[in-house]
Amino acid sequence: MSLVDVEGLSVRYGARTVLSNVSLRIEPGEIVTIVGPNGSGKTSMLRAIIGAVKPYRGRVTQGRDVTIGYVPQKLHIDETLPITVSRFLKLPSGAAALDIEHALAQAGVPDLVNAQLSQLSGGQFQRVLLARALIKKPDLLLLDEATQGLDQRGSASFYQQIESVRQETGCAVLMISHELHVVMSASDRVICLNGHVCCEGTPAVVASAPEYRALFGTGTGGALALYRHEHDHGHDHGHDHDHTHGQTHDHGDHNHDCSEGSD
Amino acid sequence: MLDDFMVRAALAGAGVAIAAAPLGCFVVWRRMAYFGDATAHAAILGVAMSLAFSMSIFIGSMTVALMMALTVSVLSGRGYAMDTLLGVLAHSALAFGLVAVSFITGVRIDLMAYLFGDILAVTRGDLAVIWGGAAIVVALIGWRWSALLTATLNEDLAYASGINPKREQLVLTFALAITVAVAIKVVGVLLIAAMLIIPAAAGRPLSRTPEGMAIAAGAIGIFSVIAGLRAAYEFDTPAGPSIVCVAALTFLLTSVFRNVRA
Ligand SMILES: Nc1ncnc2c1ncn2[C@@H]1O[C@H](COP(=O)(O)OP(=O)(O)O)[C@@H](O)[C@H]1O
Ligand SMILES: [Mg+2]
Repeated sequence: MSLVDVEGLSVRYGARTVLSNVSLRIEPGEIVTIVGPNGSGKTSMLRAIIGAVKPYRGRVTQGRDVTIGYVPQKLHIDETLPITVSRFLKLPSGAAALDIEHALAQAGVPDLVNAQLSQLSGGQFQRVLLARALIKKPDLLLLDEATQGLDQRGSASFYQQIESVRQETGCAVLMISHELHVVMSASDRVICLNGHVCCEGTPAVVASAPEYRALFGTGTGGALALYRHEHDHGHDHGHDHDHTHGQTHDHGDHNHDCSEGSD
Repeated sequence: MLDDFMVRAALAGAGVAIAAAPLGCFVVWRRMAYFGDATAHAAILGVAMSLAFSMSIFIGSMTVALMMALTVSVLSGRGYAMDTLLGVLAHSALAFGLVAVSFITGVRIDLMAYLFGDILAVTRGDLAVIWGGAAIVVALIGWRWSALLTATLNEDLAYASGINPKREQLVLTFALAITVAVAIKVVGVLLIAAMLIIPAAAGRPLSRTPEGMAIAAGAIGIFSVIAGLRAAYEFDTPAGPSIVCVAALTFLLTSVFRNVRA
C-alpha cells in the first residue's frame, strides 16, 4: 500500500491556483525528488501532504499508521525564544532521552543535545531539524530544500546522511531540491513540477524530457552525464532536442512548454 | 490579614503577574506586543458598557477584549496590514469607550482608575476574580503548552504534528482577554501590555528553555509587584506605574547581565 496517495490535487491561495491536477504516490522505501523553478508549487505540494493547506480539488490520502517526518523549507527561531536542542526534539509530545540521542546521532550531530537552537550554524540547524523529523521513526521523510544555505560539501554530506538513514530505517524520502546533480544521483524517481506535473520518471528519463529541458535548459545535461555516462543521447552537446524521446513519461494533454506555467 | 489593603494589593498584583508570565512569553515570542496593547485598549469600551448596563466590569471588559482579539485574528488573515489594523481598532475602541463613559450620568466614574488601575482599592471580591482568572489562564496555557510552543516555532511543523495552529491562536486570544479583564483594576488599560511584556523580556537572558523563561517572568513579575508597592508606599507614588518601573529596572539589569556574560 502507498504511504501517501495524492489524487488530482489542486491548491489555491485566494483566487490564485498554484497547483492543478497533481497526482503522485509514494511507495515504501523509495526516494522521490521534486524539482521545479521557484514558485512552481513544490512547497505547497508538501504542505498539502501534511495538511497545512487544504486541497481546493482532489485529495491526499495517507496510508494507515503512516508516520511522516517533515523538515520545513524555512524555520526562523526568534532570538527571544530560549530553547535547547533536546527540548525542541521533545515537541510536541515528548521523547525519551535515548531516542533523542539516537536521532541526533542518525542526523550526524550527536553532541548538540544541550546546545541552544538559536546558536547553531546553518548546517547544524538543518541536521537538528532532520533529527526532529526522525525522532518519531517516520515511514516517510519530507524534506523541503533541506540543504539551502549549506556549502557544497555540507550539502553532499547531508544527502549522504539521508541515504544512510534510509538504509538504516527503510523510510521513504520525498524531497525538494535545486541541486540537480544530487537529484540525479540519489533519486529513484524525479517529478518535475511547474504548477502541474510536467514530467516524471527515473532521473534519466526526466533529464531527457523536453519539458524538463524547457525549464532547466540543456546545460543541466552535465548533471545527467554525472549520473549516467552511457546514456544513449547527446544531451550534453547543447543543441535542441524537440523530438519525443522514446522513454518520456506520458504527460497526457499538458502543453509541452512548461515554462508557460500552470493552466 | 486580607483586611490590610497593602496585602490585598500585593496578592492582586501577584495574581496578575502569574497569569501574565506564561502569556507574556508567548506575546514576546510571537511578536504580538501590539496585539496585547490593542486588546487592552478595547477593554475601556467594555468598562463603559459594564457601567451602562450595570454588569460586572470583569465580564464587560472581557467580552469586548475577546471581540476585539477575534476581530483582529479574522481580519489579519485577510490581507490587511496588521499594525495599521491594530492601530485603527485599538485607538478607536479606546476613544469610543471614553466618549461612551462620558454619556453615563449619575454614576461617578473615576476613569483614571481604569486607565492606570487602582490596585490599592482592590476588594476581597476583586481578589477572588483575579485569582480565579489567573488560575484559568495558567491552566489553559499549561494544558496547551506543547502545542502552543510548536505552533509558535513554525506553523507547518505544527500541522505536521497534527496540531492546528489556528486553534492554538484562539487559545492565546482567549487567555489574553481574560488577563486583560483581570488586570484592568490592578494596573489599568495603559499598563497591561507592560505587565505582559516587561517581565517576560527581563526573564529572557536568565533562561535556557521556554519553561524557564515563563517561571523567570513570573518571579520577576511578583518581585516587581512587591517592590513597586513598597516604593509607592515609601515615596507616595502611584502604585501601578511604580510596579511597572520596577519591572523596567529589572529588565535593564538582566540585559546588562546578559551583555556582561556574553
Ligand atoms: N500562504 C500563501 N499565500 C499566498 N500565496 C502563497 C502562499 N504560499 C505560497 N504562495 C504562492 O504560491 C506559489 C507557489 O509557492 P511555493 O509552493 O512556495 O513554491 P516553491 O516551493 O516551488 O517555490 C508562489 O507564487 C507563492 O508566492
Ligand atoms: Mg519552496
